[in-house]
Amino acid sequence: MAFIEIDEIDLTYRNSAGDEDDSGTLALQGASVTMERGDFISLVGPSGCGKSTLLKVVAGLIRANKGRVSVAGQVVDQPLKIVGMAFQNATLLPWRSTRENVLLPMEIVEPHRQQFRREKAKYEALADDLLATVGLEGFGDRAPWQLSGGMQQRAQLCRALVHEPDLLLLDEPFGALDAFTREELWDVLQALYMNRKCTVMLVTHDLREAVYLADKVYVMSARPGRIILERDIEMERPRTLEHMYQRETVELVQELRHHINIARSDDE
Amino acid sequence: MSSKTVERLSPWLVTLACIVIWEVGVRLFDVPAVVLPTASSSFYAIWEFRVALWHNAVPTLVATLLGFGIAVVFGIVMGVFIGISRPVYAALYPLLVAFNSIPKVAIVPILMVWFGIGLTTATITAFILCFFPIVVNVAVALATIEPELRDVLRALGAHERDIVIKVGIPRSLPYLFASLKIAITLAFVGAVIAETVAGGDGIGHLMLVASSNFNMSLMIAGLIVIAAMAIGMYAIFAVMDRRFTGWATRGDIQYATAGG
Repeated sequence: MAFIEIDEIDLTYRNSAGDEDDSGTLALQGASVTMERGDFISLVGPSGCGKSTLLKVVAGLIRANKGRVSVAGQVVDQPLKIVGMAFQNATLLPWRSTRENVLLPMEIVEPHRQQFRREKAKYEALADDLLATVGLEGFGDRAPWQLSGGMQQRAQLCRALVHEPDLLLLDEPFGALDAFTREELWDVLQALYMNRKCTVMLVTHDLREAVYLADKVYVMSARPGRIILERDIEMERPRTLEHMYQRETVELVQELRHHINIARSDDE
Repeated sequence: MSSKTVERLSPWLVTLACIVIWEVGVRLFDVPAVVLPTASSSFYAIWEFRVALWHNAVPTLVATLLGFGIAVVFGIVMGVFIGISRPVYAALYPLLVAFNSIPKVAIVPILMVWFGIGLTTATITAFILCFFPIVVNVAVALATIEPELRDVLRALGAHERDIVIKVGIPRSLPYLFASLKIAITLAFVGAVIAETVAGGDGIGHLMLVASSNFNMSLMIAGLIVIAAMAIGMYAIFAVMDRRFTGWATRGDIQYATAGG
């Protein structure tokens, strides 16, 4: 059995709670994704196609109306524990230092929350090590708003990974960054991934980002979202920006763009 | 003089200027003391009636602080419940708004019948006047937690209680302190209203008596004492606010005080 099985799920958002006549917005229809442990996939598609919704369904934050989702052999019917998530907004807590932000999951996830108070020094050292691996050595004591946007995203990645989750869900984590910072963070994420070998689902608008980072790219249709194309990316890791300028890669990005354009025009 | 020093001194200078204008204006236009006494005679009245003022300021302060204290506890508890639960919000919020729109002076005669004249009535009036902003601010802070942050925590297996403790309460502190600064001044208003309408001890009652004796300088002295107490309380909460929620202003306030 695969690590993640998303099987033909439908999901309707109710536009207003309690309104019985409301047919709602159909966000996903017949979406299916299968992932093995340690896979890194990207989800791309026209905006509003339900990419982020699919992530939330996997995390158990929203329940599908139809279809079946299982993670590690367990049917997902409540929020999964031990998932790491990161979003476009860094959502760091401004009253905590960067280090305390990174350690937030440790105050919630078992068994760490039991030991957290007792072994605070150990955990702080762990957070500092993790911050150092993303290039934030010595920034642990800074307040989040003293960090640049890119640094905040690095810290957010640390927060998502500190408790060593089996599954990392990323919803356009680099969407708000400038192109140079974004490319830098691709390498940060790639290094973290190669180091930890967790399973990663990345939602992105950036096709180059999708190709650069993932082993497999899923293209979704316009709303209601379903998977219209799966494309394996056979590039060796560690990948570098040079790879992105090779002909095959450029053609692959073009091909994906073409499919998304078709999906968008179907919508109109 | 640096611009920082000017900035720091300016409120004092303006206050002083107002007092001077008052003093000079009254003397210049020969305003009768029954209408408006001079600033100097008003300040002298504070000294002259110090025993009466002290005797009445204490009950006012006690009623204010008691009412305020109850409002803080009650307001936080109610704000938390309204903020985290949609059904509680739906059930209580309209009631709160309706209650808040009642002119509070109109409640004092009812409280007088129930609780008689004195500390209880003044305390309850202070409480009634000042709990609303606390409830609303705490509730809003909790109800507006970023959905992404909620998702991050829920995906870690956090319970609603964890979210409230780790995010909701720290996040609501700047809102809470902002409301406390409003609430403490409202509590004074409540206590003085009750004393004025219901009587008993207190600055409000003292001013009512002074009014019936046309003792204008004592009335002004009473006002100054109330204002001084309210400013003092406000200052205490402003300092606490700066202390606990410096993060909300990105440390700007600390910077300003340290750099000044």
